[in-house]
Amino acid sequence: MSTIAGTMTADHRHCDEYFSETEAAISAGEWIKGEHLFKLFREATLNHFAMEEERLFPAFEGHVGHTMGPTQIMRMEHNQMRQLVDEMAVSLKAQDKAGYLGRSETLMMIMQQHNMKEEQMLYPMMDQALGQAGASIASELVPV
Amino acid sequence: MLNTASLSLQQAPPISIPFRFFLTAPLFSILAAVQLLLAGEEILVSRWLPVTLGFTHLLTLGFLAMVMCGALLQMLPVMAGAPVPGVVVVGGAVHLLLSLGTLFLVAWFLGSGPLPPALILLVAGFSIFLIATVVAIWRRGVVARGSPAGGMQLALVSLLVTVLLGVVASLGYDGRLVIRELAVVTDIHLGWGLAGWVGLLLSSVAFQLVPMFNVTPEYPQWMKRHLPWLILLALVGWSLLQFGEGAFWEGGRKFSLVPVVVLYLLFAFITLDLQRRRKRKVPDITLLFWVTGLVSLICCAVLWVCSQLLPWLASWRGMGALWGIGLLLGFSLSIVNGMLYKIVPFLSWFHLQNRQMAQMRMSVAIPHMKAFISDRAARVQFVLHLLATVAMAAAVLYSHNLVRPAAFLFLASNLLLGANLWIAVWRFRKTSLLLAQKS
Repeated sequence: MSTIAGTMTADHRHCDEYFSETEAAISAGEWIKGEHLFKLFREATLNHFAMEEERLFPAFEGHVGHTMGPTQIMRMEHNQMRQLVDEMAVSLKAQDKAGYLGRSETLMMIMQQHNMKEEQMLYPMMDQALGQAGASIASELVPV
Repeated sequence: MLNTASLSLQQAPPISIPFRFFLTAPLFSILAAVQLLLAGEEILVSRWLPVTLGFTHLLTLGFLAMVMCGALLQMLPVMAGAPVPGVVVVGGAVHLLLSLGTLFLVAWFLGSGPLPPALILLVAGFSIFLIATVVAIWRRGVVARGSPAGGMQLALVSLLVTVLLGVVASLGYDGRLVIRELAVVTDIHLGWGLAGWVGLLLSSVAFQLVPMFNVTPEYPQWMKRHLPWLILLALVGWSLLQFGEGAFWEGGRKFSLVPVVVLYLLFAFITLDLQRRRKRKVPDITLLFWVTGLVSLICCAVLWVCSQLLPWLASWRGMGALWGIGLLLGFSLSIVNGMLYKIVPFLSWFHLQNRQMAQMRMSVAIPHMKAFISDRAARVQFVLHLLATVAMAAAVLYSHNLVRPAAFLFLASNLLLGANLWIAVWRFRKTSLLLAQKS
């Protein structure tokens, strides 16, 4: 049976891998490879946010009856990260290595602590609250 | 049920609280460097000399405890879901008491001040800190085994033991208390300070942050769950074995440090292995500091094992100095120094970005982390720190004449660390003022 925690945690690792590979390529000055990997990273990350904001969070908020609380904070952090990813795209386009690496370092910090909160608290909470419905949503999610 | 507080970074204290600790710490390490420069080779003669005690306490209280207390006030809400009550007042008081207390204590060591004010200030500072943090963790409720709060709790217990034994030992040296085994009490004070307070805090922070910083695999579950309390237990056993008399106790004493050494070796090797397997391969200054710290820790452990096997090594006079340099400069200072390069830029960025988003002032650009402290500046400081540490060890091994060059390197390293941190906060202020103007 799929769980929200299982599916989404695996997708975090997946995004981490694209993230690290992109960073390594850019750090080595391999701009073409970096651009290709960055595209994959951005797609995977934005898709991950969308799965949460469009499917998981509404289901969970429907269950607890309000949209304040942890999901609100997670949405806010998604916006922080979207902003950083956009800035990274600008640095990449300008082939500004220092700018890209400074922003990717910043993104990594916010992303890792965000993931940690989701993996250790929010996802298990969702699995518990949503039960079978959660499992069926998890099985329908499509990571890219 | 849902603990929304622990999901939120809003519970974190105002940035001025951690920053005042982080900006003060290098001032103390600069003082320590100046003292090393003035004292020269005398500092290596014996760990009991006033200059040596002054030097070590400027570093342990003024630098390490300063950063660690500031960081705990910041991290407890974020990492352990335990916001510290009255954090602004607590942080302000602890910072002031700890700063003044350290200065008074060092003045007493150097024979130019009385002991009581130093003790009153330090005991007051640590009491406020311990009460506030214990209340924070206690209010949070049950601490899950293996959560960072567990290791932090035990680090706080160790801090309490360290402070109490420090008070007892200082009263003994000051002639206000008659203690038969003063040297033993001092050893135990030192053991709980380094292997308890510093080691437990750094390892429980590592469990959480090493996988985060470098995208490494997680630490093994058993280690996260059991290492902290095993270390504490090993320290208790070691301490108790120091007191008895007779052949049985003598024999026990010989091996009493084995569990502590083995546990820290495990921690060091597993951490290095995780870092080796990291997915994030870009050069990282904090990682260099970590590796330096862990390698120093391993060197100290190997040295200890050798000294147990080779009697001539055990009786060699330089042994204590070498351990001191390895554990203090090589291990503790390296890791704390390296962490500052992640914490200060991140907090700066985080606070500014939160304000920017709350005000919707996207026209003000927020500098990224490496614009607060450049990689180049951090790297140069790392090299100076590494050279200073190696030069100090070389001074013990080869020639005491190397102490002064080592002191110069240590001074340069800490001046640059201070400059890097102060410049970062200056840059924070500049953007902060821009945000204030626009709103």
